[in-house]
Amino acid sequence: MSSRDRILADVRRAIGGSARSAPGPVERTYHRENLVARADVDRFAEAVAEYRATVHRVDTDADLPALVAGLCAGESVVVPDDLPDSVIGTLDVHRDTAARPLSVTELDGITAVVTFGRLGIAATGTVVLDAGPGQGRRALTLVPDHHVCVLRADQVVDTVPQAIAALDPVRPITLISGPSATSDIELDRVEGVHGPRRLDVVIVG
Amino acid sequence: MTRPMTRTVDLGMPTATGFLRGEQKFPAAAADRLTDAQLRRNLAHATGTIRTKRLRAVAELDDWEELRLAGSAIKTDAMARLPELLEQLEATVTARGGVVHWARDGVEANRIITDLIRATGADEVVKVKSMATQEIGLNEHLETEGIRAIETDLAELIVQLGNDRPSHILVPAIHRNRTEIRDIFRTAMPGAPADLGDEPRELAMAARSYLRERFLTARVAVSGANFAAADTGTLAVVESEGNGRMCLTLPRTLITVMGIEKVLPSFTDLEVFLQLLPRSSTAERMNPYTSLWTGVTPGDGPQEFHLVLLDNGRTRVLADEVGRAALHCIRCSACLNVCPVYERVGGHAYGSVYPGPIGAILSPQLTGITGPDDPNASLPYASTLCGACFDACPVRIDIPSILVELRADAVEAGHRPLPGGQDVAMAAAAWAMTDGRRWGRLIALGRLLSWRRTGFRRLPWPASIWTRHRDLPPLPARTFRQQWRDRLRRTGSGS
Amino acid sequence: MRIAVFTTCLADALYPAVARATVTLLERLGHQAVVPADQTCCGQMHLNTGYWARGLPVVRHHVETFEAALDSCDAVVAPSGSCVGSVRHQHAMVAARYDDDALAERATAVAGRTYELSELLVDVLGVTDVGAWFGHPVTYYPTCHSLRMLRVGDKPVRLLRAVQDIDLIELPGADSCCGFGGTFALKNEATSSAMLTDKVAAVTSTGAQVCSAGDSSCLMHIGGGLSRLRTGIGTLHLAQILASTREHPCPVPEPRRPARRRPSLPGAAR
Repeated sequence: MSSRDRILADVRRAIGGSARSAPGPVERTYHRENLVARADVDRFAEAVAEYRATVHRVDTDADLPALVAGLCAGESVVVPDDLPDSVIGTLDVHRDTAARPLSVTELDGITAVVTFGRLGIAATGTVVLDAGPGQGRRALTLVPDHHVCVLRADQVVDTVPQAIAALDPVRPITLISGPSATSDIELDRVEGVHGPRRLDVVIVG
Repeated sequence: MTRPMTRTVDLGMPTATGFLRGEQKFPAAAADRLTDAQLRRNLAHATGTIRTKRLRAVAELDDWEELRLAGSAIKTDAMARLPELLEQLEATVTARGGVVHWARDGVEANRIITDLIRATGADEVVKVKSMATQEIGLNEHLETEGIRAIETDLAELIVQLGNDRPSHILVPAIHRNRTEIRDIFRTAMPGAPADLGDEPRELAMAARSYLRERFLTARVAVSGANFAAADTGTLAVVESEGNGRMCLTLPRTLITVMGIEKVLPSFTDLEVFLQLLPRSSTAERMNPYTSLWTGVTPGDGPQEFHLVLLDNGRTRVLADEVGRAALHCIRCSACLNVCPVYERVGGHAYGSVYPGPIGAILSPQLTGITGPDDPNASLPYASTLCGACFDACPVRIDIPSILVELRADAVEAGHRPLPGGQDVAMAAAAWAMTDGRRWGRLIALGRLLSWRRTGFRRLPWPASIWTRHRDLPPLPARTFRQQWRDRLRRTGSGS
Repeated sequence: MRIAVFTTCLADALYPAVARATVTLLERLGHQAVVPADQTCCGQMHLNTGYWARGLPVVRHHVETFEAALDSCDAVVAPSGSCVGSVRHQHAMVAARYDDDALAERATAVAGRTYELSELLVDVLGVTDVGAWFGHPVTYYPTCHSLRMLRVGDKPVRLLRAVQDIDLIELPGADSCCGFGGTFALKNEATSSAMLTDKVAAVTSTGAQVCSAGDSSCLMHIGGGLSRLRTGIGTLHLAQILASTREHPCPVPEPRRPARRRPSLPGAAR
């Protein structure tokens, strides 16, 4: 008998041996809808800022290139191949393509990355990436020390349940809430360990 | 120091192997730790800080109790359907290009993981903090196989470099303060500056530069998992530093070790646990990074993914209808942080990688109790039953009730050939307490000592255990029932 | 109302003044106190130590005694959060473990009409001002089982606030355990005494003359520590303060007379 079959048999024996009633359906009485009438972009911006990420708000796409250029001034910048030029304008960037993905060592030599995000969560100040359009593969937003993430205001949802409902589980998903941090020394929070130490979140609209 | 146990033969469900049992009984181990002034200060500071923060993080959500109820219900449901969920998880992970392995105990898991690493040709792996691999002593095993395992979580790294044992589920080096950590880094971290200071930021940056090179060159990573969704095959790792993302993203091969109880019925269930876990563990609205992945994604992240499903005593726990709730644990460590016992003695006193209140119910159930001299037999008694752990538990594990049940199990197993002093005392008390008159006569004996109006400072054994630390009040000349009887006689009324 | 008083074994044997105060208070509020003669103990010591088979007859005895009392009484009251906690949360569970469904049902019925003192006063009798007087500084320790098993919340404190001339001082770290835990105090004496030391320090820091609580067991523990360290702070059960009036004031417990021997600090003894 394989370990698989033995474990499954043991589990069946363990739960079957007791005269117990099957649990009823899970009641989900917690908030699953908007907490406010409309997803609250202000609250999202506040929550992001509380993690000591920096929030920037612009009215239209047209404002992006100048802002992004300012944020990345003096840095070497990488973008996913499909990030539109409307975001970066004439900024000189490395492009990470499927045909020739940058090696980890090459990425390590680059200081900043500019991408889109998939969602924002207002309740927690979280940016969600799912490697979709303009987001690139996971290594891209991990190795460079500075991440500029661009979100449209209508991508902000209110609660964690709304975010989970909107995501496709098959994609590689990363939830980012502020820059990397540790509390491992005396439970004192230190920002910036292995992940990007600088996070700029740009909200358009 | 604990050593991994050798496999024990059991006719029923397999018992666990690994770092789940210390060498000392809890009272003695605790008494030793209590004399460590530095440890006491470190723990009081750290647990005090996190307690206040957790209360704030939890108070922010007006549906916290509803989330706790849902979390508990989802886990209960998952345990009841565990076989089908595990089979479903195996199918969904496999369909997305992952390979699923099954390990009955730590010995088997260690062998599987070793073989998988060998097959890649690597002799070094990077690790994300994982309780499951701590439990089975994977690092120690790999070392004997000539494979170097590098812990990348800051606290785990501190423990590893200090040749120490973890003492907390979330912050394994909670027993160390900044100065001790600085000294460990100066001594044991390759390339650490000789003049390294003790500011937490400086220490974290030292770890960053030491580990950076390891991340960039690692070919194999070993991780644990916080959750796995059976319906989609999605695995979740919740972390703060980014070391998790590094390990889960950069190496070509990823080996994830997960206890079978971690499976959730659906991806949707993450909406509950991703709210419960961060607020309970680090007291944040959300932890900095959560990685969710499903099998292999071509061109993004590891191209080889192995999932090792670990029993190691879990089916044993599952067989106990009351005790199985211990398997609902999501390893947030809130119960440790609020426990007045843990706060004073720290994690090492519990002997197991699972310390604190949850450890006191989980460890003895995973290992089984071999007899009264088994150190784990003392764990269910390592609590005043104050209930702070239950209040803090995000999935509402009724730890005090389970502790009491385990005590009952221990007494009923009757591990002793002859009744001990406690057995005799309990039998005598029960005899007196089942008859009002007998009881009344017994307590009236206190009259014999009631001449002493100042109470008692020193009494002979076993009362000396009390009077070593506390005085005993003077005994009343007449018990209440005697006084009541007098009154009834005086007033002539009956009841 | 006719109210059966479950004095608890500890008050019966060691703290008769607490049981007396409970009766005095009920009678002053115009109720009739009944003390079932056959009562003994809730069995908590047995149950919490794991001696369930030994505890079962004690539980049965309690259920039978108070079931009979409830034939002629409206409620049962005990001056102990811990004992009521056991009645409410453990009795039926123990019966169920031994497949005695009938006893479990009877235990549940008795538990449903058993109240801790502050619950009875506030929830059942609907009073917070019981007409008490106590003119001394007091700090109140809420006790774990009252707080987290019974969830009595601020009921005891509301009762104390209504006491005339009382100077009620908040206890720092009030919700953390004093380290008693029944046999824990003996089995894990080192840890227990470490917890007690911190509790005694917190009580001392308030400057109160009296430490009060709703449980004689916790008070025996804290009082034992206060006395050992010669803090001069005494303990009084909540019932004793609530029973105190200007006409019949409850005396502040005298600090113990100086001992002839050198004081022994906790842990310094042989």
